[in-house]
Amino acid sequence: MIRFENITKVLGGKTVLDEISFEVGEGETVVIVGLSGAGKSVTLKHMIRLMQPDAGKVLIDGEAIGDLGRTALQAVRTKFGVLFQSAALLQWMSVEDNVALPLREHTKMDDGKIEQLVAEKLRLLNLSDTGDKFPADLSGGMRKRVGLARAIIMNPKIMLYDEPTSGLDPVTSRHIDNLIVDMRKELGITSVVVTHDLHSALSIGSRIMMLHQGQIVENATPEEFIHSKNGTVQAFLESQYITKKGKWETGLNHE
Amino acid sequence: MRYPAHSARHFGSQVLQLMHDTGHAMYMLLEAVCFTRYVFTQRSRHEIATQMFTTGIKSLAVITVVALFTGMILALQTGLELRRYGQEVYIGSAVAVSMIREMGPFMTGLIIAASVGSAIAAQIGTMVVSEEIAALEVMSINPNRFLVMPRLVALVVMMPILAVYTNILGVLGGAVVGTTQLGVSVQAYMDNAMQFATNKDLYVGLFKAVVFGIVIATVSCHQGFMTSEGAVGVGKATRRAVIISFLVILVLGYMITRLFYI
Repeated sequence: MIRFENITKVLGGKTVLDEISFEVGEGETVVIVGLSGAGKSVTLKHMIRLMQPDAGKVLIDGEAIGDLGRTALQAVRTKFGVLFQSAALLQWMSVEDNVALPLREHTKMDDGKIEQLVAEKLRLLNLSDTGDKFPADLSGGMRKRVGLARAIIMNPKIMLYDEPTSGLDPVTSRHIDNLIVDMRKELGITSVVVTHDLHSALSIGSRIMMLHQGQIVENATPEEFIHSKNGTVQAFLESQYITKKGKWETGLNHE
Repeated sequence: MRYPAHSARHFGSQVLQLMHDTGHAMYMLLEAVCFTRYVFTQRSRHEIATQMFTTGIKSLAVITVVALFTGMILALQTGLELRRYGQEVYIGSAVAVSMIREMGPFMTGLIIAASVGSAIAAQIGTMVVSEEIAALEVMSINPNRFLVMPRLVALVVMMPILAVYTNILGVLGGAVVGTTQLGVSVQAYMDNAMQFATNKDLYVGLFKAVVFGIVIATVSCHQGFMTSEGAVGVGKATRRAVIISFLVILVLGYMITRLFYI
């Protein structure tokens, strides 16, 4: 579904991604972890061509997106929904208008149908009573959920989450984790999540990939990940007080 | 010996950067002009109306004060000189021609660049920093259509209207000074003003206002899109938008005057 082939990216003289290759299969939830500046968000931005690699190819459903024209690129981007780190809601629009924006821009639906779909998504994310509020009136967690509602309104095949739980309290963070798992279970969405919260990563990921100094140092299931022999992975696990003893209990139902 | 070589390289890279930025801004403008075919869609109409309100109605207070005092200063300075030769009756034409040809569109351009242009650069810059522009691109919404086109249309429509408003208030300000300070009757002032101001002056002034509107929209939006470095970057983009708009308005104002009057 998503394939990186020998991607290299240099930013400000520093090699952020150094010939990395990996694949994300349909229905998977791949979590990319790593220290700050490891290139996690850069990797995510390459998937939707918000950044272009200096070398290598990104393929979406077998199609290289590097040289696509605007129309073809738009077609590829319609497969994606993206939850940005800051939620990226348009500040002058109400919650309802923010969520409805992709429908108003890309479909010929009448206002009644759009309102109905928006209400449906807001209800799914426990935001029913926030439709007429503005982003500035919402808490961080609510903003992320509105961002999520907007990202899924066009029923994307792939969801990208950039630090979905950063800056949130633990309870709200676990709520967002639940939503990500629900997205996969109920809508069958393929997901790529960028985070440095390992508790979150181990809870929601079907596979965890760790980036360090431009390289993929581990790419494994959560169980394999916490038993990794790689020193960098072990240090990362220990920094978040996660030990190898026993099975990792997520509390979330992955099925 | 390294110093001159370093300076030359630095100068060269600055020139290349300037050419790159100018090309980028021109491309953005061209694309926004192409998107004017969407002017009458419901969403665009709403956004353009909002921008016209911001550009026009919200700027009226400051434009009123500046225009009145510009006319008053012009009348006073010119009138005092003319009085030495007993020709103060001609202040009507001096104020009217100066305002309509040059000062009306010029002062309007500066005020709108400082108030509206800076706000546009700050808003778009903040949107870049908070990933809202990236979100638009991912949603396949072209920022040039969604953000630039409505601002461009609003400024192109409102600038000539505001310039005419500035002209009228400037001439009225001159009349106040003429009657109260220089002993010229309102009738004589107005007759003189109407006698010397031509249609050509008005059209050239309006043309300048339209050009200044395009300049302000292009420079402010472009500087907003070029924002980096977070909140500090937004401040820098806003400052650059105002300075560049001022400079381009000055240079183009001179060139248009030269084109039509020499």
